[in-house]
Amino acid sequence: MTLGANTAAAREIKGGVDDPWLPHQADAPVPLENPGFAFFTPAEAAFVQSATERLIPEDDLGPGAKACGVALFIDHQLAGAYGRAGNWYMQGPWAKGEKTQGFQSRMTPADLYRAAIKAIDEHTMSAQGGKLFADLPVEAQDAMLSDLEGGKVDLGGADAKTFFQMLWQNTKEGMFSDPIYGGNKDMAGWKMLGFPGARYNYLDWVDRHGERYDQPPVGIRGRPAWNGAG
Amino acid sequence: MAQRLPGVDVLLVGFGWTGAIMAQELTAAGHDVLAIERGSWRETSTDFAPSFIQDELRYRYHGHLFEQTAQETLTFRNTPDQTALPMRRLGSFLPGTGVGGSILHWNGQAFRFLPYDFEIRRQTAARYGEAMIPPDMTLQDWGVTYDELEPHYTRWEELCGISGQTGNLKGQKQAGGNPFEGPRSKPYPTPPMKQTYGPMLFGEAAASLKLHPFPCPSGNMSQAYTNPLGVSMAPCTYCGFCEKFGCGNYSKASAQTTILPVLMQRKNFTLRTECEVTRINLDGSGAHATGVTYVDAHGNEFEQPAELVIVCAYILHNVHLLMASGIGTRYDPATGQGTLGKNYCYQLTPSVDVFFDDKLLNPFVGAGALGMIVDDWNGDNFDHAGLGFIHGGYIGGYMTTGRPIETELLPEGTPKWGAKWKQAFVKNYLTSMSLSLMGSVMPNKANYLDLDPTYRDVYGRPLMRMTYDFKQNELKLQDFAMGKMVDIANAMKPREIKKSPRGPHYDIAPYQSTHNTGGAIMGVNRRESVVNRYLQHWDVPNLFVVGASAFPHNSGYNPTGTVSALALWAATAIRDQYLKHPGPLVQS
Ligand SMILES: Cc1cc2nc3c(=O)[nH]c(=O)nc-3n(C[C@H](O)[C@H](O)[C@H](O)COP(=O)(O)OP(=O)(O)OC[C@H]3O[C@@H](n4cnc5c(N)ncnc54)[C@H](O)[C@@H]3O)c2cc1C
Ligand code: SF4
Repeated sequence: MTLGANTAAAREIKGGVDDPWLPHQADAPVPLENPGFAFFTPAEAAFVQSATERLIPEDDLGPGAKACGVALFIDHQLAGAYGRAGNWYMQGPWAKGEKTQGFQSRMTPADLYRAAIKAIDEHTMSAQGGKLFADLPVEAQDAMLSDLEGGKVDLGGADAKTFFQMLWQNTKEGMFSDPIYGGNKDMAGWKMLGFPGARYNYLDWVDRHGERYDQPPVGIRGRPAWNGAG
Repeated sequence: MAQRLPGVDVLLVGFGWTGAIMAQELTAAGHDVLAIERGSWRETSTDFAPSFIQDELRYRYHGHLFEQTAQETLTFRNTPDQTALPMRRLGSFLPGTGVGGSILHWNGQAFRFLPYDFEIRRQTAARYGEAMIPPDMTLQDWGVTYDELEPHYTRWEELCGISGQTGNLKGQKQAGGNPFEGPRSKPYPTPPMKQTYGPMLFGEAAASLKLHPFPCPSGNMSQAYTNPLGVSMAPCTYCGFCEKFGCGNYSKASAQTTILPVLMQRKNFTLRTECEVTRINLDGSGAHATGVTYVDAHGNEFEQPAELVIVCAYILHNVHLLMASGIGTRYDPATGQGTLGKNYCYQLTPSVDVFFDDKLLNPFVGAGALGMIVDDWNGDNFDHAGLGFIHGGYIGGYMTTGRPIETELLPEGTPKWGAKWKQAFVKNYLTSMSLSLMGSVMPNKANYLDLDPTYRDVYGRPLMRMTYDFKQNELKLQDFAMGKMVDIANAMKPREIKKSPRGPHYDIAPYQSTHNTGGAIMGVNRRESVVNRYLQHWDVPNLFVVGASAFPHNSGYNPTGTVSALALWAATAIRDQYLKHPGPLVQS
């Protein structure tokens, strides 16, 4: 998604003379039409699919990150403006900074994913008998993720903690954002929680203290049965 | 070379909330006004339509309505001995950009400050003695009183249709309202919002502890409303996509829903969008502004002459623009000399999460200002003797949203990810809520704004540098308020609670509030302040600086009521005094 792609020149609006209202000022979002990976290599996709599934695994509460399309969601984010850090201040010099100083990576999200996945796979190849992360048993995957979270793995140029935080944030986004972005397949993330999605009017429900909300979720594109019963 | 344009009478830098107020007041009085706004035109029907505004990823996380750090940011450090680094991604605060500014995506929590706030130094010394004020706390009176601002607060509430329960009408206490508020000349224009289950439980618990709960005054409309300009607003539908989003229902007070429909009809108003002001220009004397320099979307530079310049660019940009223009004397924390950048303050927002087993709270039924409040520990509403801090804050039981990426309340000891995280999230999502403190922040010698020696913006100007940390006053206040929040939380009879304090050091990454204040403060003399009581620059009388940059401290409330009252107060002075006899309104 392009942010602030502002190709228009400056505009002058004379009060009482011109009509400031332009049609299609903010366009509706474009649903993801291409269900294929646009950024990840097959090996990277395998990493992200297995790692995100450990972060939000499938269980009897519902599908996990894999079935919800989280890897596809992240892939398309990285292929777009987010991946390029399109709207972030990325000028140097760089320093690690204090914990309170926030994101200080020189790498864009796309660079960070690419470098971190490569380093993690190299690491597991040498330490875990020639296996890629995606091929490890789940316990070993969890241990690796914990080490990343704690900053205990040296990923060369990429910062392990920064990568873990980004991966975890993007996983939640892919699980719970509107399905038009490729994740939250069949609104499964929302259904699991009981979040009704993009509804816009709860006036009837303000007073219904303690009652269970009875309508299924809707997305920005509606849902197949939006106009029907249930 | 900048191209020089024909001059104008009144020039506004920034067309967000205070810009709209200024434009309305001055064009209504017949003056020609030009506003220059860095962002683009925005309108409810096209930009926040209910067919796509409920998009948590696009608006909350990709910040489509917010400032972009690539364009404008600052550097940050906790203390003067650290190296400041750029805020590369927005986090702690989310200033807006574009017509309407930050008020587009505010919550609508609509407070007045206490009469105490405006005379805080005098009243503190009178009640507790000077010794109560630590030497490093640069506490100052504002030079304006609550009584002087009261009519302007009232006018603001009427422009916005604020929904609320009056607590003090002309000195008479009113049942169900805030008994601690300053006297109002008129009740709120519309009744309070209806409360959902969570805030109701909070209110009952607070009442059982003999506190004084009242519904949060709200810029989310409790009913249809037409303001004195003839602009209509619609009832809030409790959609839960409010804070950080534009309202697609014409239900949240903003420039778009209260002022622009009338202002845009006026022939004496002109708006130039997608133009960023980079400098305020002075003549050779240094005591007279000649206009501004701005850059358009193609990178062309223009010089726009003006008789009167009013800066309305949000506190951070107000202060940066003055610094980048070399106007005024920058504050030096070592000597205490200088005023520009002094008394930067923020808000202190610890919380306590409350988890129920059996109570379905349906958090997605929410609104930006939906909640119950207690003000018993705000300002000087209680005795501070022996507590080691001054001021306080209100405690709120809000239900603003259940948006699932952002809303994650988990009991103590829950793993941060994996199967156990998932189980806990699903189990608690519908049955938990948060109580929070809107804690005041007192000014401190070592919290200030200046220019960064290393980092530059897209125009090659030094970035502004923020040096800020929580000090003893905030940390002691937090401990005290945490105890009170825990008491209320327990009185709600939950399964369990979890404390989420801030600090001990301020962290610029997690969102806390867009309640930055100070840096170009108002006051009674030029030695201690940047602008006088009418927000007029002491050194450059044809320059006014409007916004929370004028606050000498930050109160235990959200700022916009006071930002707006001050803007209306300044607009009145400009209209009735300054434009009739240009020159300093206060002799120093
Ligand atoms: C998420 C969020 C929630 C909030 N909730 C509340 C709340 O519940 N209660 C409350 O009281 N307050 C709240 N606020 C704060 C409130 O939005 C601000 O107090 C208010 O908008 C300040 O008005 P302003 O005119 O000073 O700035 P703004 O409304 O931000 O307007 C400033 C304008 O100036 C423009 N500008 C900046 N620099 C330049 C330049 N160099 N050249 C040209 N144009 C420029 C900007 O693009 C912007 O349009 C919230 C804010 C946010 C972001
Ligand atoms: S909660 Fe109400 S005021 Fe806020 S965006 Fe929704 S309808 Fe508008």
